[in-house]
Amino acid sequence: MTTRIGSGAGFAGDRIEPAEDLLRRGGLDDLVLECLAERTIALGQQRRLADPRAGYDRRLPARFTRLLPLAVEHGVRVVTNMGAANPLEAGRVTRELLDGLGATATVAVITGDDVLAELDLDAPAWETGRPLREHGELVSANAYLGADAILPALEAGAQVVLTGRVADPSLFLAPLADRLGWDLADPSAAAAGTLVGHLLECAGQLTGGYFADPGHKDVPGLAELGFPFADVAADGTAVLGKLPGTGGVLNRATVCEQLLYEITDPGGYLTPDVTLDLYGVRVDEQGADRVRVRGAAGGPRPGELKVSVGYRAGSKVEAEISYAGPGAGARAALAGEIVTARLAGTALRPRVEVRGADDDCRLRVAAASHDIALLEAVGDEVEALYTNGPAGGGGVRVHLSEVIGIVSTLIPRARVRAGVTLLEAGRAGTAS
Amino acid sequence: MPVPLRELAHCRAGDKGNLATLSVFPYDDALFGVLLREVTAERVRGHLAEWLDGEVRRYELPHLPALQFVYERTSGAGVTTSLELDTHGKTLGTLLLSFPVHLGHG
Repeated sequence: MTTRIGSGAGFAGDRIEPAEDLLRRGGLDDLVLECLAERTIALGQQRRLADPRAGYDRRLPARFTRLLPLAVEHGVRVVTNMGAANPLEAGRVTRELLDGLGATATVAVITGDDVLAELDLDAPAWETGRPLREHGELVSANAYLGADAILPALEAGAQVVLTGRVADPSLFLAPLADRLGWDLADPSAAAAGTLVGHLLECAGQLTGGYFADPGHKDVPGLAELGFPFADVAADGTAVLGKLPGTGGVLNRATVCEQLLYEITDPGGYLTPDVTLDLYGVRVDEQGADRVRVRGAAGGPRPGELKVSVGYRAGSKVEAEISYAGPGAGARAALAGEIVTARLAGTALRPRVEVRGADDDCRLRVAAASHDIALLEAVGDEVEALYTNGPAGGGGVRVHLSEVIGIVSTLIPRARVRAGVTLLEAGRAGTAS
Repeated sequence: MPVPLRELAHCRAGDKGNLATLSVFPYDDALFGVLLREVTAERVRGHLAEWLDGEVRRYELPHLPALQFVYERTSGAGVTTSLELDTHGKTLGTLLLSFPVHLGHG
C-alpha cells in the first residue's frame, strides 16, 4: 500500500498552475502548500495588530479560489500553513469559500504556535547569545509545532487544514502518518516522513527549479515547471515523481541538491518530530523523472521546540545609481567615495559597493538605522550624485523598508498548547 | 592546470537563520576522492573570503556522494537584517563554481 502526497507551493509567491495540474490529474491523496517563511509570520502579526481580521497569507483567497474547487472535485485533502499569524481567520475565509462551492468538507485550524505571551524574555537568542528582551520590541514569537499538532485534525476528518507556524516537513509527515497508520512516536517512521517532507517542501526546487545552469545543467520547460509528488509506502520508502508533460527534470542530481538544502548538520537535523540522520539515505533513479529515496534514520524528537521571534530592527535603505561605458567602474567608485564622505559625520555605517561589469555597473549604498530621517538622507545623497557627482550617473532607485529581525530560542513543550478548531459546513466552529 | 569546480561538480546554496550551507556534488561519483582532497573547508573559506567570515565546517557524505559546507553569515546577520543585496546568500553556491581543482596528485 502506498499513498501519494503532492507539493503545491514552496513559498508564498509560488505559481498556482502546477498545483492545479497536480489536483486535476495527479491522483493525489494529499496536497501540501508551504507558504510561510520565517519573516512572513512577523509581518503577518503586524498586519493583525492593525486589523484583527488580517494576518493570514494575503494570497490565500486567490490561491484557494483556484485550488479548492479542484480539491473538492478530486477528493484531495489539503494541508497548508497559509494561516500564518491568523489561522482562525484564514479558516473562516476558507469555510466561506467552501460554502460558496456548496462543499461540505470540514476545515480544521491548528492553533497554539503563537507563544509571545509564554516567552521567557531572559532566555538567550541562539544567533546573538543575548537575552531576547535586549533585541528591542518583540512583535511575534511562534513555536514550530510538529505533526502531532496536525494529526488530531486529520483523524477528526478534516479535508482542509490551516496552520500557522509548523515545521515545514511536519506538514507532510502528519498526512503520511494518517494515511499509513504510522505512530509518530516511532522515530524511524517520523524520519521517513520527515525526509519526504524535506524533499517536497520547496516544490519546484525538487523538479529542476533553482537548478538550471545552461550548458552544464540544462532543464527543459522551466516556464511550465511541474511540481513533485511522492508515492510513499508503509515501510517509508518513497518514489518521487512529477506529471508527464510538465517541464523540469527530476533525477538523482536534483534530489541530492534538495536533500542537503538548508541542512546544517546532516547527522542531526532537528524537527519537532524527530532528530533526522541523512547519512544512510540512498537516492536511486527508477526511470524518467522517477527517483526512489530511502534510508533516513531517526533519533528521539527534541525535548524543546524552536521558537522564531520577530523584533523591530529599525529600517533599511538601499540606494543605487548606474554608470556605463569606459571608466564606469572608476566613476562608480568615486561616487561611492563621495557618498561615504557626505555621510561621515553621521552614526550610520553604510555598506558601499560597486556591482556589475567595469563598463556597466551600479553603485549600491545600503544602511540600517532606527532613524528614518537619517536613512532618507542616504537616498538623497545618492540622488544628489546626478548633478554633483561623476559624469554620466543615471537610473537612481531608492528603497526604504522596515526591518523585522528574526532570532530563535527554545521553549519547553509543556508551555506550548496546540489546539484544533473544526469549522464544519453550516456550523459554528468547535474547539478542542 | 587546475579546472574550475563547475566542470566537475554542481553546487547548491541554502540558508537557515544566521547559518548558510553550500552543497557540492560530483557529476561523476569517481571524482569524489578528488573533491575530498581538494575542496577543503579551509580552501572554501579562502575562496569565499569576501563574502563570509568565521569558520567553515565540512561534512562528508560518501553515499550520495556529496560534501556539505556550513558557515556563519557575515557578522551573524540574518536574512532580514543583512545589508547585502542577496540577503539569503543564494548566489554563493554559484560563486563556488569557479573554485580551482587540481586533478592530479600533489
